[in-house]
Amino acid sequence: MKTNDVIIQFTAKIVFFIIFFFAIHIFLAGHYTPGGGFVGGLLASSAIVLLVLAFDINTVRTIIPVTYTTLTACGLIIALATASFPMLLGDPFFTHYFDYFTLPLIGKTSLHTAMLFDTGVFLVVVGVTMTIIQTIGEDE
Amino acid sequence: MEIIMAFVIGFLFMAAVYLMLSRSLLRIIIGTGLLSHGAHLLILTMGGLGGSAPPVLADGVEDFADPLPQALILTAIVISFGVTAFFLVLAYRSYQELNTDDISEMKGGDEEDE
Amino acid sequence: MAQLLYIFIPMLAAVLLPFLYKYIKSIHTGWFVLAVPATLVAIYITYIGAVARGEVFTATMNWIPSLAINFTSYLDGLSLLFSLLITGIGSLVVLYSIFYLDKEKEQLHNFYIYLLLFMSAMLGVVQSDHLISLYFFWELTSISSFLLIGYWFTRDGSRFGALKSMMITVGGGLFMLGGFILLSIMGDTYSIRELIAQAPELVNHEYFTWALVLVLLGAFTKSAQFPFYIWLPDAMEAPTPVSAYLHSATMVKAGIYLVARLTPIFAMSEIWVWLVSGIGLLTLFWGSFFAVKQTDLKGILAFSTVSQLGLIMSLLGASAVAFHVTNAEDTIFKFAAYAAIFHLINHATFKGSLFMIAGIVDHETGTRDIRKLGGLMSVMPLSFTVAAIGSFSMAGLPPFNGFLSKEMFLTAMLALKDFELFNFDTWGILFPVVAWIASVFTFVYSFYFVFYTFVKKREAQLPTNVHEAPIGMLISPIILATFVVTIFFIPNVIGDLFVKPAVIAIQPFLYSSPGEVKIAVTAWHGFNTELFMTIGVVMFGLLLFMTVKRWQKLYALQPEFLSLNRAYDGMMLGLDVGANRFSKLYMTNSMRSYLIYMFSAISVIVIGTLLFKGAFTMSFEGTAPIRAYELILLVVLVTGVITTLIAKSRLTAIIGLGSVGYTVALFFVIFNAPDLALTQLVIETISVALFLLAFYHLPPLTKVNERMRFQVNRAVVSIAVGAMVTILALSAQSQKVFPSISKYYEETVATLAGGGNIVNVILVDYRGFDTLFEIAVLGIAGMGIFAMIKLRLTKKENINENK
Repeated sequence: MKTNDVIIQFTAKIVFFIIFFFAIHIFLAGHYTPGGGFVGGLLASSAIVLLVLAFDINTVRTIIPVTYTTLTACGLIIALATASFPMLLGDPFFTHYFDYFTLPLIGKTSLHTAMLFDTGVFLVVVGVTMTIIQTIGEDE
Repeated sequence: MEIIMAFVIGFLFMAAVYLMLSRSLLRIIIGTGLLSHGAHLLILTMGGLGGSAPPVLADGVEDFADPLPQALILTAIVISFGVTAFFLVLAYRSYQELNTDDISEMKGGDEEDE
Repeated sequence: MAQLLYIFIPMLAAVLLPFLYKYIKSIHTGWFVLAVPATLVAIYITYIGAVARGEVFTATMNWIPSLAINFTSYLDGLSLLFSLLITGIGSLVVLYSIFYLDKEKEQLHNFYIYLLLFMSAMLGVVQSDHLISLYFFWELTSISSFLLIGYWFTRDGSRFGALKSMMITVGGGLFMLGGFILLSIMGDTYSIRELIAQAPELVNHEYFTWALVLVLLGAFTKSAQFPFYIWLPDAMEAPTPVSAYLHSATMVKAGIYLVARLTPIFAMSEIWVWLVSGIGLLTLFWGSFFAVKQTDLKGILAFSTVSQLGLIMSLLGASAVAFHVTNAEDTIFKFAAYAAIFHLINHATFKGSLFMIAGIVDHETGTRDIRKLGGLMSVMPLSFTVAAIGSFSMAGLPPFNGFLSKEMFLTAMLALKDFELFNFDTWGILFPVVAWIASVFTFVYSFYFVFYTFVKKREAQLPTNVHEAPIGMLISPIILATFVVTIFFIPNVIGDLFVKPAVIAIQPFLYSSPGEVKIAVTAWHGFNTELFMTIGVVMFGLLLFMTVKRWQKLYALQPEFLSLNRAYDGMMLGLDVGANRFSKLYMTNSMRSYLIYMFSAISVIVIGTLLFKGAFTMSFEGTAPIRAYELILLVVLVTGVITTLIAKSRLTAIIGLGSVGYTVALFFVIFNAPDLALTQLVIETISVALFLLAFYHLPPLTKVNERMRFQVNRAVVSIAVGAMVTILALSAQSQKVFPSISKYYEETVATLAGGGNIVNVILVDYRGFDTLFEIAVLGIAGMGIFAMIKLRLTKKENINENK
């Protein structure tokens, strides 16, 4: 089933970027305002799903050449590594560190190790959602 | 409001169990979906529905909604998504292999036992 | 600490074994293993001097400190004697096994790992002072014995024997654990030493008899006492080195050890004296009587081991009498403990050598059937000599060590009939009589074993060209046979070094140091009753042995269905069938029944608890106000649910579910949960997409006519679950027992975690564990889906294509 709908494909490209950047925004802002790894990850995957709907799975795979199972594994490893890292410093498992910095242009900002953990969550959510969609889609 | 919610949640659970006890795989999966919705609402309600602001720190806000049930539900939502997807694929694959979606025809283990 | 380490050395060595086995093929793995017990013997020998002077050594290491469970090694005379037996006989057995087990054909690494495991476990049993660690090691010996009996696991007999021994000994071990726990409750300690110190108070405790019986069950099963002995003959399926080691010299003596060790605690009880001495004597007679029936060489030895264990057990029972008589030092009963330990050493020497000879005969001729054997004396003179020494010692003839201990045994049994407490003055006469009869049969099977194998004319043609065993195989039995003879001539040296320190442990209230045990063993003590009994044994024994072929047929009179083995088989089969039948009652192979079980169970439990505990309350206090648009949403929600319930087509059902999901998301918005609302919206979208994907693949919903009964069940269960949840929600809402931890989160979120969105901070920081496992679950679900779709059985696929 190969449709050739130029308008949908064009709109999808634009909307994809809008949703994707919104996802990134919501993910990064998660520590202070509603959002976070889960929602960000889900939004990002729905952006990709939109592309899949507009084009087809094989095209999307060439556009975004990511193996989603690997992505899931990477996410899990990042999360686990962030959680266990404090043990090297003699702190309990899952201790998070944060500090505030003043950067040029941006101003006062904060950095959290919790953010790294959330990155892991983000990657796992994207990885699993896309694995599911892709494997089912390919099985036609 | 909590009292009304309690009855609605009970109704959700009842419908969920009723569907889960049917023969058709699709109905069973819809039942599990309803079950998780019910569970989410249950957790939320038990934490209390009061609170006039989202649990996000802001100036001048004191009366937050309870953040703990929300965190638990967020976890539960994602898990139930994973489980539902798993069930769906399981149903789809078993239909492909066994050519039936009636679970009363899917009894296993008879060959060895009898 | 080092003392504790010794216990674990074999286990640690076992870790290295697979590598040695794999990379050094040219050398028999047994040589490496031999170093372990040999080293340990050398180590334990250094303790002999100090222990013989009455010193004890202890070392403790914490195991589970929170439960006050530790490993305590307690080396006194009794423990040291057993440790030396374990490592000493262990060395000889390993040496023997090097020649017995072929390095090309056998799975040597398995064998030696089990053996080393057993060695550690056994050392642990005899040195542990802590009851729980003693139990731990005790069961470990059962498990390693199971593995060793089943070593040739392709044989049915091996597996059957292994299972049987496991069932009986582990079952007994569980009883024993119960006894141990009762003991610890009574004495408020797990330490055997501390319990012994409290022994006089323990006697009057209400649990005392229970503890006694349970502990004895453990000891009797392990030491193959009547009627639990039935596992031992079947255990003979193990390779002969194992039979020589576990099933005659060490493991089966664990029960003896336990009885000896706990005698100071329990001996004040009449039941103990009767049970230990009575069962011991019965076992002695039973084993010796049925030994003559056996046709398998190892079978004879197995029954003889059973009988000899009974002998030692009855001596321990008699030694308990010493606690009941005044002036115990002057009475005869103090001999009993001495005789028990002495015979234990003797038995280990002669029975070990006999087992090894049986193994040699099997190895060289290919059969252990005594009916086919005969006339081997001329071809295997060395083996014959060793066998004769062992058998004569077993029969209680001079000049071998068995004679000495058997005389002492008869002395103790004679004394029992004069004991005036506990009705012994009426029934006590049975003891010497039964002991004498058993001795006659012991004499018969000893002679039967050696003469029918080596002297009698051979009836069947042996398959192989028989010759003497390699010298390496003979070293171990010859060493043991040397002991048999040597001990006869220097019994008091052995007595001073090993027996007396061990006796102290059994009768601690009589002596304070080994030097006070004033017992000297002599081969000749005049014309007394014991000597006449021995002469009688020899005469009657010879008579019965000459005519053995005539009366052996009498054994066939025992009906098969009356045997204990049959009882065991019947029990096992019955349990199996019964359990199956019981499972069939509720395992209907229908998932819906299982779901009904689960749902009704949880409803009944929850509603029942709420009602009985009076936890159900309903209060309208502090509830949120009801707003009009909330009610509208509720109506939408309920409509959605009803749609899914009555939907005739798939699409309607899915849309119904979707509408429920989106309504729930709106609820999240109303109730100030923006994170949830966002997540729910996105998830709902993706879920509906997934449902629609699957929609293509699943068949349309069909109207199924369910049976009426099931429909009623289904409705009842659903309503029950719904009611349960409502009641639960109302109760939970109406009573807040604990203040919520949420306040803490709200106050510290900015200072401790540097965040603003409390929900997100809880997820990634406060309750990060949840999230970590959640994404793990999600990952697993993803893998599962991936696998279900990508991996297919090729066979199934073909079938699918054909359709």
